Amino acid sequence: MSEIADKVKKIVVEHLGVDESKVTPDASFIDDLGADSLDTVELVMAFEEAFSVEIPEDAAEKITTVKDAIDYIEKQKAA
Amino acid sequence: MFRLDGKVALVTGASGGIGREIARALHAQGAVVVLSGTRQAVLEEVAASIGAEGGADRLHVCPADLSDAAAADALVASAEEKAGAPLAILVNNAGLTRDTLAIRMKDEDWNRVLDVDLAAPFRLCRAALKGMLRRRAGRIVNIASVVGVTGNAGQANYAAAKAGMIGMGKSLAQEAGSRGVTVNTVVPGFVQTAMTDVLPDAHKEKLVGSIPLGRMGQASDIAPAVVYLASDEAGWVTGATIHVNGGMAMV
Repeated sequence: MSEIADKVKKIVVEHLGVDESKVTPDASFIDDLGADSLDTVELVMAFEEAFSVEIPEDAAEKITTVKDAIDYIEKQKAA
Repeated sequence: MFRLDGKVALVTGASGGIGREIARALHAQGAVVVLSGTRQAVLEEVAASIGAEGGADRLHVCPADLSDAAAADALVASAEEKAGAPLAILVNNAGLTRDTLAIRMKDEDWNRVLDVDLAAPFRLCRAALKGMLRRRAGRIVNIASVVGVTGNAGQANYAAAKAGMIGMGKSLAQEAGSRGVTVNTVVPGFVQTAMTDVLPDAHKEKLVGSIPLGRMGQASDIAPAVVYLASDEAGWVTGATIHVNGGMAMV
């Protein structure tokens, strides 16, 4: 697993207070990890801070799973 | 009831009439109070006066010019640094007026009032909410004005800002509710302060005539409403608009 993926996972575990084993790539923040809409905004802000990237509102809306977040950040970092 | 022991409270406009009474009342309930305003010397006087009755170590002074967006953005963090603990209570009390009839109102009069009376409180709420939501605790009390509800000739800018503050508070209350953070608005009527001292006597007499309780308000009439909303006991009150106006506008 990439460094980015590790860090994303850690942020999700920390923020949502869920067990690490539940944070699989396909896990949906809202449906599987019990996040509400405020949690998802806070998660996006935490990603922005941790990775020094800016995630615009329309991109943030599409980040619904752990994999979505990892892919988006990896793409930003590669660019 | 209504104890605030050890809770950090930031009060903007603490050098003004209502602000200093709010600071005094929160401090009397045991809060650690950070006084903000533009004039450092006046803030220090206010702190000395409140601290003279004891608990001077629970008072801090943190000057900021809220017409400066960067200063408004930074104020919550600097208040927390002064107090040495996270913010539990934010009181957006600072405000100014630039009264004139609309046809004579310059853009500058409009913008300055909207900046200080509405944009700055939003900036402070935004900064405070980030931490409060994470900590699952917090109280925001915004101080609006009766003219935000009734309107007032000569105050299109001030009334717009204060009405905006009420709508903003209700929106933030909905955003923050799931985390136990409350956002409420206290709406003072005509209170005797430097801001209303400038009104002509005839106008003041007419105003008092429209107040069922028969007198202008004192700053000490307003502060207890803030204490209540800041307390644990008000934990099921959010998005509320509490009118403290002697019955002048029963809304």
